[in-house]
Amino acid sequence: MAQKKMGKQTWQFASPPVITSWASIVGPKEGEGPLGNYFDMILEKNMEKGDKSWEKSEQKLMQHSMELALEKDGMQPGELDFYLAGDLLNQIINANFTARFLGIPFFGLYGACSTLTEGLALGSALLDGGFADKVGISASSHHDTAERQLRYPTELGAQRPMTAQWTVTGAGSYVLKASGAGIRITQATVGKIKDLGVGNANDMGTAMAPAAFDTVKTHLEDMGRKTSDYDLIVTGDLGGVGLNVLKEMLRAEGFGVDNVSDCGVMIYRPDQDTHSGGSGCGCSAAVLTYLLHEMKQKKYRRILVVGTGALLSPTSAFQGESIPSIAHGVVLENY
Amino acid sequence: MESIIKAFLLGGILCVVGQLLMDMTPFNITPAHILVGYVTVGAVLSAAGLYQPLVDWGGAGATVPLSGFGHSLAQGAIEGVKNKGLLGALGGGLAATSVGIAAAVVFGLIAATFFNPKG
Amino acid sequence: MIEEIIQRYGQREKLRDAWAELNQQEKTRVLQEIQQDHQKILLMEAQADAKEKQKLLELRQKIEKQQQHLQQVDILMYKKRTKELAPRPTVLKNIILAFLVGGAICTVGQLITNLFTSGGMAAKEAGAATAAVLIFAGAFFTGLGIYDELGRVAGAGSIVPITGFANSIVSSAMEFKREGFVYGVGARLFTVAGPVIVYGTFISIFIGLVYYFVK
Repeated sequence: MAQKKMGKQTWQFASPPVITSWASIVGPKEGEGPLGNYFDMILEKNMEKGDKSWEKSEQKLMQHSMELALEKDGMQPGELDFYLAGDLLNQIINANFTARFLGIPFFGLYGACSTLTEGLALGSALLDGGFADKVGISASSHHDTAERQLRYPTELGAQRPMTAQWTVTGAGSYVLKASGAGIRITQATVGKIKDLGVGNANDMGTAMAPAAFDTVKTHLEDMGRKTSDYDLIVTGDLGGVGLNVLKEMLRAEGFGVDNVSDCGVMIYRPDQDTHSGGSGCGCSAAVLTYLLHEMKQKKYRRILVVGTGALLSPTSAFQGESIPSIAHGVVLENY
Repeated sequence: MESIIKAFLLGGILCVVGQLLMDMTPFNITPAHILVGYVTVGAVLSAAGLYQPLVDWGGAGATVPLSGFGHSLAQGAIEGVKNKGLLGALGGGLAATSVGIAAAVVFGLIAATFFNPKG
Repeated sequence: MIEEIIQRYGQREKLRDAWAELNQQEKTRVLQEIQQDHQKILLMEAQADAKEKQKLLELRQKIEKQQQHLQQVDILMYKKRTKELAPRPTVLKNIILAFLVGGAICTVGQLITNLFTSGGMAAKEAGAATAAVLIFAGAFFTGLGIYDELGRVAGAGSIVPITGFANSIVSSAMEFKREGFVYGVGARLFTVAGPVIVYGTFISIFIGLVYYFVK
């Protein structure tokens, strides 16, 4: 009988791990957004001087964010027991290169935009299960590497529909420890893949909303809670369109939605012309550092972060398949 | 002056048709589909003798949009058949548009050499 | 065993029309039953001899189709539900901008053609020369990184004219330069523009052949 499993899909950690350090690095567009002051570093351009490709710049985003998080905690890479990381590129190549640099035992993750919460959940399980004392977790995305891989060449004059989202150029890294003081991860709910037939890669919010709804609902059922038991329930990157769908689905089942928001909606201002908002692994990875800051200020005491991933591939999109989606939730508490 | 106004009007209208197609069709009709449609429809109208009147009236307003490319392809094929028979059917279209395609290849390579994408 | 599976299949078929009204528990029960039958058939199929295999395969595929049909109902329900919530494209604004920008590009083309013909060029040559100049312009502005900004607001106004054709070629060439000049630029030059050339060539050959045999 699994001792730490609550209900159908939720883990209750016996000794909740602590997030002891974090850092985020973002591109210029994100730096100009409402959360600009909360990121550790803002790049001047999407590509660092001397980099031969955007992929190289994105890899550095992830690597430097992890190095910053370690430095803030007075640590060196070798002190981490395990590293969990992922990104949007084929074969998660940036995470692989970053792990190569860090030189520590590594689990590569692919959850698209749910990679960060997937990493936080798995990292916490490693710590709470006594398999590690300290783990590092990173996720990154880059607007231009995502565009050229999943959609069109970046200089192509194509017009984006109102449902489209803007892939965030950003990375977030986190150091988790089995013991210590600070904000803790108390529960994690592992998502199931949900697919209600949306095949439009320019409307991922609508594709992912059912997965987010399923995870939130199951989490609340597993824990016997209501939405009002949280100061904030925030999804990774449903965007404005997807957030509306999620709220409608929650309302229809009698859940309150006043405290439900989305990182993709928070990271850009409406006049930045991103249409439905931000998306990508970097979206939740970077915005979470803002949320942790707010938690340290005691603005929030318990939040549920639900990373949402659209698990399409370039091939599946061309073959007319729909977009399978997933959402992983973690509960962060500052008590 | 008159030719300018007519070119502006006809070109604008042909683009509006494309915009409506882009906005009103489901998401899996992409710009690439629409452009293939323009070339094909332009070629078919041209073969039926219906595109030349547009060119006569609107000049560049009919030749600059991609349907004009289809018009050149069709007329080229017909010319090819008149001059060279069956082989002309195969080569005529591409022969007539060869300048455009060659220009595209050359300028594409040059631009790739000297410019970098800015995202 | 098989008779029971066929019987259950038949009962589920009757539920198809009422699927949308079923509650979540009922739906879950039906889907689980489908999965159980599917697995049973699969095992029988794996262990059957050649004669039986075909029959079992057909039954299995019938069950799979049934599952897809039921999923399709859920998909359509979700589509209806979310259609209301989707933001509308700004059609009027898009049309006006497409008209203005497309018209402007064609006007520039007309000016260039007039320039060439007044300089003594024949009409046909002037047309080809104009096309070349516009392709150069599209390539140049793509290289400068401006054409995609234009495309963002102008939509079809920048995609439909031949400058858009140049933009699609040059943007692909620039983008994949990182992968080298042979496999990157060379192989991917026509990633976006390719279909236009392929189907343009095809339709021209078709028209040529029709013309040949009709005349």
